[in-house]
Amino acid sequence: MMKLEPTAQEIKDQRIYAGWGLTDEEYCLISDDILGRLPNYTETGLFSVMWSEHCSYKNSKPVLRKFPSDGPQVLQGPGEGAGIVDIGDGQAVVFKAESHNHPSAVEPYEGAATGVGGIIRDIFSMGARPIAILDSLRFGELDTPRTKYLLEEIVAGISGYGNCIGIPTVGGEVAFDPCYEGNPLVNAMCVGLMDHKDIQKGQAKGVGNSIMYVGAKTGRDGIHGATFASEEFVEGVEQQRSAVQVGDPFMEKLLLEACLELILDHSDILVGIQDMGAAGLVSSSSEMASKAGSGLKLYLDDVPQRETNMTPYEMMLSESQERMLICVEQGHESEVVELFKRYELDAVTIGEVTDDGMYRLYHHGEEVANLPVDALAEDAPVYENEKKEPARIQEFINMANFEPDVEDASETLLELLQQPTIASKKMIYETYDSQVRTNTVVRPGSDAAVMRVRGTNKALAMTTDCNARYLYLNPEVGGQIAVAEAARNIIASGGQPLAITDCLNYGSPEKPEGFWELWTSADGISEACRTLNTPVISGNVSMYNETNGKAIYPTPMIGMVGLIEDLSHITTQEFKEAGNLIYVIGETKSDFNGTEIQKMQKGLIEGKLMDFDLAVEKANQELVLSAIKAGLVASAHDCAEGGLAVAIAESAFNNQLGVEANLEMPIENLFAETQSRFVISVQPENQTAFEILAGEKAGKIGITTETGELKMTAVGGEIKVDAKKAKELWEEAIPCLMK
Amino acid sequence: MKFAVIVFPGSNCDLDMYWAMKEIMGADCEYVRYDADSLVGFDGVLLPGGFSYGDYLRCGAIARFANIMSEVIRFAEEGKPVFGTCNGFQILTEAGLLPGALRRNDSLKFISKITPLNVVNNQTKFTSEYEMNEVIQIPVAHGEGNYYCDEETLAELKANNQIVFTYEGENINGSVESIAGITNKSGNVLGMMPHPERAMEELLGSDDGKKFFASILTNFGKVTAN
Repeated sequence: MMKLEPTAQEIKDQRIYAGWGLTDEEYCLISDDILGRLPNYTETGLFSVMWSEHCSYKNSKPVLRKFPSDGPQVLQGPGEGAGIVDIGDGQAVVFKAESHNHPSAVEPYEGAATGVGGIIRDIFSMGARPIAILDSLRFGELDTPRTKYLLEEIVAGISGYGNCIGIPTVGGEVAFDPCYEGNPLVNAMCVGLMDHKDIQKGQAKGVGNSIMYVGAKTGRDGIHGATFASEEFVEGVEQQRSAVQVGDPFMEKLLLEACLELILDHSDILVGIQDMGAAGLVSSSSEMASKAGSGLKLYLDDVPQRETNMTPYEMMLSESQERMLICVEQGHESEVVELFKRYELDAVTIGEVTDDGMYRLYHHGEEVANLPVDALAEDAPVYENEKKEPARIQEFINMANFEPDVEDASETLLELLQQPTIASKKMIYETYDSQVRTNTVVRPGSDAAVMRVRGTNKALAMTTDCNARYLYLNPEVGGQIAVAEAARNIIASGGQPLAITDCLNYGSPEKPEGFWELWTSADGISEACRTLNTPVISGNVSMYNETNGKAIYPTPMIGMVGLIEDLSHITTQEFKEAGNLIYVIGETKSDFNGTEIQKMQKGLIEGKLMDFDLAVEKANQELVLSAIKAGLVASAHDCAEGGLAVAIAESAFNNQLGVEANLEMPIENLFAETQSRFVISVQPENQTAFEILAGEKAGKIGITTETGELKMTAVGGEIKVDAKKAKELWEEAIPCLMK
Repeated sequence: MKFAVIVFPGSNCDLDMYWAMKEIMGADCEYVRYDADSLVGFDGVLLPGGFSYGDYLRCGAIARFANIMSEVIRFAEEGKPVFGTCNGFQILTEAGLLPGALRRNDSLKFISKITPLNVVNNQTKFTSEYEMNEVIQIPVAHGEGNYYCDEETLAELKANNQIVFTYEGENINGSVESIAGITNKSGNVLGMMPHPERAMEELLGSDDGKKFFASILTNFGKVTAN
């Protein structure tokens, strides 16, 4: 039985639109200014999803405009499925990250799995072969059954999807803070490789050309997913589960291969291609038409349907997974049908391109929507929200600095190594196939993952990073540091940073304090991107990450890719052999606010954020990269959470080496998180050459040994621990907490 | 010698297998679709890893009915080399070309890491280039690699020297007697969960798989590795 839909008048009178996320003002704009009539049920639905924050970026556009997105290396900036960067020899790297926080909070396995599936489609829709997946995850503390369940299922969802489709999951990060308890973050990044000549656009142009639907059938799953992602969670409200989609990686594997064959072998008949992601059919089709200045007619009876009696509203808003929309030259539809048939997939003509800029839907012989296509895809109102500095920011600035209690430095190090944010993530990444397609040179566990580029002597380094605690203390400087830390990972691996993608995970932009955080951190990110020459080429925004009115830390996840010019430059974090000299690049100060040791000892994050100087950062990065390129560096590791002591221990773990170090600083400074530092090791025969190159920026602190003991002496104390025992504690911490 | 890499819907290590045999070992190699009718002109079959048919129903349970499988069975019966890794191994057991079955890992989790294997039998046409009891580093990547067979089958496997690889040290997935790879009775069909085709270059962490493919080429044909 078809449900009777409310009439246009009833939608207005009963304010049904409000339940779908449209404000009264927005509704009036549609009815009075755009249409000059009341929108019907289907039309109201189309506007409500297309004008959601998730699709229209109506709250974040003014923020996104700040980001530098140009550069000689950029072939495609924001606005398409993913950004594209030149890597020479006619090749390009394509990447983007996307959040799937809200779905993962209510249905963790499918939420995470479809997050991975969606970002992969964004990459191959550009014409690229996906070569790697990275995932950045945030959870509450691992002390509740709910959080353990979320971690278990989210990781299983990522593993289930990525392993099956056969794209290696090579990196990412996992961090834990109480603010993510009700609102975990799942940000998936995909990296692809392509030739310049194969770059595709999501466009529908050429009057009479066909709009074809390929991939899985449409069901009732995920309806209003985009709207759902644009609201906060409220305890006790459980009906949101129906907005989560279900993934089928096997279907997507077939779709991936079929689409790449279409793109690579039939570019003459392919006009445009786009993923049906958030807001499914309506967003893909209206965006494709709007980008090309065209109009569209869609015949919904022809849409492949998985369920019976689907209404236009349901079909257009469904977020069923593994579907793509393509625009094909008129008269060549059967070639496309034949191609997809060989992959046992449907390809169906569902509409055509027109030139009048109107978006028309037909169902059962009737016109069910007739709207200006730009109104849907382009003309959502843009809000410059009110900004207000949260009260905590000034309080933090005026606070006395945190001073850690380091009575027994050995014990402090062992404790820090067991903090879940620092502890080994082996238990997690060993469930991801990191090697399929045999290009993975550096697997998970080092600063950045490294993938070789077949047929060349080059490789790509990739990473995700964000220390949200720093942003919580100071969004602007924290934003700078997030980019700098990602770049440090790339540099330590021997790569030149190329560009970034981001997932901006924030609280509600409608609260002045929340918008201020977003606005201010974007300034920091932008400045760091300009200094480090890494433009923002793609990304997404996830706001309303709040539970019961309490927002997460501002968490702009930075995904960065770098180019390693020669395979011989590939560098990993672990010390290679005994007798190598250990150096620290960069100065260490008593910086403890916002650090892991503060959280561990005080149970919270507070105080004035450490000073940070982008010029110093850049100089230190350039030094490390030039030393690597000169062949002088045996290992390099970014110094991050937990400070020098942790960075040195992590460097020693893999090859079971010991360390004998003497640091001219107070013992507690071994746990300080001063920025812009690296721990590197150098073979003795390279000592002179390295020291000439590094000058005063590098301080020799010790030597790697065969003793199996981590010994670090400083002013007022020393660390003396058995490396094997320390490694065991570091590796077992998360498995223990998960029990 | 010419090899067919069989591609099922959902295979995803087909490229790795092809790369190993063709680009690293220099042997002639072609992809053959699951719905092809014939393997005429080929001298050996390689069944790659992946998730054929999404591993829906049970790993390998649908792939064994694919059109090409009757030809794979003919090859096996004629004594030609048939090698299956990971999902390929699962398909071989489902097709009855190898005894036993692969169950879910006892951890119930997918496992991906480079794992030490013991070559417990170097008297096969797949392992003659290895030393007896040589420990080699080979990647594993599977969720259902827990080899199971009943005691009678196990006794038979032992009596016929069909156990070829075992996990060294930790039995990572709970397999009976740590079994990682076996042959059929006549020694021309080998299945294993680990991926020797991913261990062909030191750049990627290990090249201990090269001797495996070199053994195939030496014993079944006359092509030498480059």
